[in-house]
Amino acid sequence: MSTPTQQPTRDPGPGGRGTLATGTTRKGDAVFKGTSTGAGVLILLVLAGVAAFLIGQSIPALTASPEDLPEGQTVTAYVWPLLFGTVLAAIIALLVATPIAVGIGLFISHFAPRRAAQTLGYLVDLLAAVPSIVYGIWGAVVLSAWLVPIYQWLERNAGFLPFFDGPALPSGRTMLTAGLVLAVMILPIITALSRDVFLQTPRLHEEAALALGATRWEMIRYAVIPYGRSGVVSAAMLGLGRALGETMAVALVLSGARIITFDLIGAANPLTIAANIALAFPESSGLTTNTLIASGLALFIITFLVNFAARWIVSRSGAKA
Amino acid sequence: MAKLIDVSDLNIYYGDFLAVDSVNMTIEPRAVTALIGPSGCGKSTFLRSLNRMHEVIPGARVEGKVVMDGQDLYDKDVDPVAVRQHIGMVFQRPNPFPTMSIYENVAAGVRLNAKRMKKSDMDELVESSLRGANLWNEVKDRLDKPGMGLSGGQQQRLCIARAIAIRPSVLLMDEPCSALDPISTLAVEDLIGELKNEYTIVIVTHNMQQAARVSDQTGFFNLSGVGKPGQLVEMDSTSTIFSNPSQKATEDYISGRFG
Repeated sequence: MSTPTQQPTRDPGPGGRGTLATGTTRKGDAVFKGTSTGAGVLILLVLAGVAAFLIGQSIPALTASPEDLPEGQTVTAYVWPLLFGTVLAAIIALLVATPIAVGIGLFISHFAPRRAAQTLGYLVDLLAAVPSIVYGIWGAVVLSAWLVPIYQWLERNAGFLPFFDGPALPSGRTMLTAGLVLAVMILPIITALSRDVFLQTPRLHEEAALALGATRWEMIRYAVIPYGRSGVVSAAMLGLGRALGETMAVALVLSGARIITFDLIGAANPLTIAANIALAFPESSGLTTNTLIASGLALFIITFLVNFAARWIVSRSGAKA
Repeated sequence: MAKLIDVSDLNIYYGDFLAVDSVNMTIEPRAVTALIGPSGCGKSTFLRSLNRMHEVIPGARVEGKVVMDGQDLYDKDVDPVAVRQHIGMVFQRPNPFPTMSIYENVAAGVRLNAKRMKKSDMDELVESSLRGANLWNEVKDRLDKPGMGLSGGQQQRLCIARAIAIRPSVLLMDEPCSALDPISTLAVEDLIGELKNEYTIVIVTHNMQQAARVSDQTGFFNLSGVGKPGQLVEMDSTSTIFSNPSQKATEDYISGRFG
């Protein structure tokens, strides 16, 4: 999208304001250009500042010898299990939230009567307004208790899968619970973005399908979903970005450790980077602090990559349309 | 398989607004019926009510009868989806499915109607539909390429191929050439002349020369004033409408002395 910012708008008209090449800049233009450029540069500066801080504070930990670091491990060995936990929790959240969000989005955009759709839309937006600490408490106190019987059932009936190896933790405060709380948290953003892109499906495409004798669902399959697919993917990526960085919900639900396990319902649960920082930072000092900041750098990089991928998918589909 | 359509006392509404008032019309089989008239007179709305596409707009509804083959299409037992399988439609702007190839676009309607088909039968159907739309020779080497890669005129013929692939009885065309250049328009008009041997065709057009060239019957729609419903002023053979119309309004419109 190119905006013709620099197009000359001088129109002297017949017998107008003299020569075309006045060489003057209008004052309003100059002020507006200055403020908008300043705002853009500020973002870059903040981002660069954060990156510089993370890198600068990580260097002591990255260069120190392992025996000086917490638990006598290199930074990579320290961060790796946390990275695993972070990605695992986010992926669980994404796998659970995306289908539900797409379903709600389609219901709001194409099935619900108009008033019901509006109400439902508000409710979904309201979910986004709940602070994450509230989700964390709810997950730790309420949801985990509800899920215990389900986990026990999963252990008995699906225990052959590594994910449900068990034994199921009696408190229910497991990786799967954390993933489900994260799913609830990223549901609103994915729903809202999916709904918006479904609503933008051109009428012409929908009518093309209907005129061929498509039912409502077939019309959605032929016209709405192909049109919205890239939008849903980028919505899911933004949700993933949020799930990766979420701290309090995970910290409150999980009593995790730095381990790698695919058992989602057992007693030992991998912690995430953000939750680990939140739990360990207050009592850290010296190289331990540097190590935690290095883990933050790792989180910064993957979140950045995920958002970058989301942007790339959006721009690619934008060029096609 | 072309069918006659009998429209009686058809009132078409958008919510409470009466858009088209009591139309009575007989649409002949194996012939082209053109609908002309100024913008906003309800001719497109009327066309869309013939295959129950009008009602996909929220609040839109219809009163009266549209009878095809002795069956009222607005009978409450009639499924609009089934109606649209028998009465195909081509739109003002070409609208191939953007993510589908040329082949898939033509096959889309048949796949929708859940008919299982052997690959060889499907190949045959796609070829005959594309030949029917005078497009086969231009696209036969690139059937797996996206339909959006074609020119506007080719896309519109692709849409016609897609519509005739489900073997409808009637083909409705809503200003099918308004987004096309003169050469593509000629190609589509030639095609309409061939298609009328097999199908009942109803075409809405703003172009009176086009109506005169392609149609056998012409209906003239008009508004009696702003905010008033559109009406069918008169309907007759195309030669009569363009040489000796019975209504003054029709004569004014076709001679360009409108308003």
